[in-house]
Amino acid sequence: MIRMRYLVITALMSSLILGCSSSPKKDDDAATGGQQAGAADQRYGADTSGAASGDPLTDPNSPLSQRVVYFEFDSSEVSAEDRGIISSHADYLANNGNVAIILEGHADERGSREYNIALGERRAKAIQQLMLLQGVARKQIQVISFGEERPVALGHDEESWRLNRRVELLYSGQ
Amino acid sequence: MSQKLLLLFCLLISSHVRAELTIDITQVVDGATPIAIAPFSWTGQQAAPENIAAIIASDLSRSGRFEPIPEADIQPPPQWGQPLQFSMWRARNIEYMVVGGMQLRGRDQYVVQFQLFDIKQGTQLTGYSISSSKAKLRKTAHKISDLIYQTLTGERGASDTHIAYVTVVTDRGGRKSYNLSIADADGYNEQIIFTSAQPVLSPNWSPDGKHLAYVSYSRGRPELYVQNIQTRIAKRVAAYEGLNNAPAFSPDGKQLAMALSKDGNAEIYVMNLDSSRLQRLTRSYGIDTEPAWLPDGSGIIFTSDRGGSPQLYQIDINRFGRKMKPQRLTFEGNYNARAAVSPKGTHIAMVHRNEKGFHIAVLELQSRYLTILTDNRLDESPSFSPNGQMIIHATENAGKGVLSAVSIDGRATQRLRFKRGDVREPTWSPFINSN
Repeated sequence: MIRMRYLVITALMSSLILGCSSSPKKDDDAATGGQQAGAADQRYGADTSGAASGDPLTDPNSPLSQRVVYFEFDSSEVSAEDRGIISSHADYLANNGNVAIILEGHADERGSREYNIALGERRAKAIQQLMLLQGVARKQIQVISFGEERPVALGHDEESWRLNRRVELLYSGQ
Repeated sequence: MSQKLLLLFCLLISSHVRAELTIDITQVVDGATPIAIAPFSWTGQQAAPENIAAIIASDLSRSGRFEPIPEADIQPPPQWGQPLQFSMWRARNIEYMVVGGMQLRGRDQYVVQFQLFDIKQGTQLTGYSISSSKAKLRKTAHKISDLIYQTLTGERGASDTHIAYVTVVTDRGGRKSYNLSIADADGYNEQIIFTSAQPVLSPNWSPDGKHLAYVSYSRGRPELYVQNIQTRIAKRVAAYEGLNNAPAFSPDGKQLAMALSKDGNAEIYVMNLDSSRLQRLTRSYGIDTEPAWLPDGSGIIFTSDRGGSPQLYQIDINRFGRKMKPQRLTFEGNYNARAAVSPKGTHIAMVHRNEKGFHIAVLELQSRYLTILTDNRLDESPSFSPNGQMIIHATENAGKGVLSAVSIDGRATQRLRFKRGDVREPTWSPFINSN
């Protein structure tokens, strides 16, 4: 039920977002550039997805289309590049107070399961912290960790482990 | 290191209850005591309902302390009730021999009898007659294994105990089900006591063996439950904001240690199970999780990365409930986590990382000497047998989660492979006094 409501709100917000993103209040280079490019594409009809046109959340060229952040082994440090992406999401959330996000933390299979759950939580909280600093309201963000319980890559090798050490940014209703 | 690597046993067993498993004894030691288990005499009309001698031989072999003599070398087999030809067996260098029989005395009333002989001395060391229903015959055989083990080693055997573990089965549609199961220590008689489509983890036995605490994501996030094994009734005991993880019953069963992140990041708390009152034990910027009690309840070993990498720490709790400053226990390597404390409190098993992977290691608390027991790439979740002689743990084999057990001297290992799904997080029950 709650998810449905967010979906409706997200759809309603989509008309306002164009205006927001073309004149961003926050002064963040990466986010501003990315969002402007995304907005421009939509304006000229380059977004052929057909769904909720004008919504940067569904624009494949928007930085908001990046929904996964990766980490080094036993680390919750966010790379400089990912900070830019997170900043774009934070900007969007700060400007759309009714949109909610789930930060889902994960770890690779190595080491102990419970430690990995705590590690996944710390990764998600590292992103949460960056978002809060950028003015996102605490109630917009939900943090959950699955540790190593929900891998996306099922191999037992470096490449699978790299893909599994992640935080997924899940917008409610999507 | 005079070890011989060999595949001694490969018993393909299909239990009458769900579980299908294979036990491979992958490594045995030269020092194991040879023992002859003669086939148990049976006078019934039909085939014997259980092969008691085979169950005993498998139990003793898995303990790592005994090397059962193949049945083909016990010819002609001595018969229950007949005088034993000591001189003949002595001439064949057999040191110990078990002779037994089983009779059906009434409807579902069996009597299993055995004698353990010291062949060199020409004497009986022990002997029992045990009544059993058909359903309890395996348990009766495990009891006999434990009586033999205790007579010959002076320590209590752990064959008549249980293990709990989690299996993950993926159906054809890709849907997962997480099953919390209990089985006999040899993997037989599996019973699923809880199933969820969401992750289930960290089972922990109450000291009386009647309850299991565990983490379930059944409501979408990690919450702690305590379930009565007999009635299957589960009670949610912790559902705070954030993590509700890593449950560990205190030795008196009245408290549950856990990791909660309601006050920021993962910290260790102890909950009084009667009042649900919480006491916070740790306070650090790092992760604090995976509490394990010392057997006298005087302290808790836990994993913390407060020093930059996951390491084990000990926090003492004095008799007024006052907590002391945690002391770091592990210094070798950059990853030591998931402590399991031996029943006597002398050893700590853990997941230890070295250049070859994640292994099970044991720290002797007095000498602070660390021994690496396993050499697989992805070992985790160690748990001591209640007599402290074996450690069961999870590992990966051919892409699947399997269970493995290793003697605490690292000399005997075995692998328990289940036919279906991934198996993980084994935890050995305490001694359970029951029939």
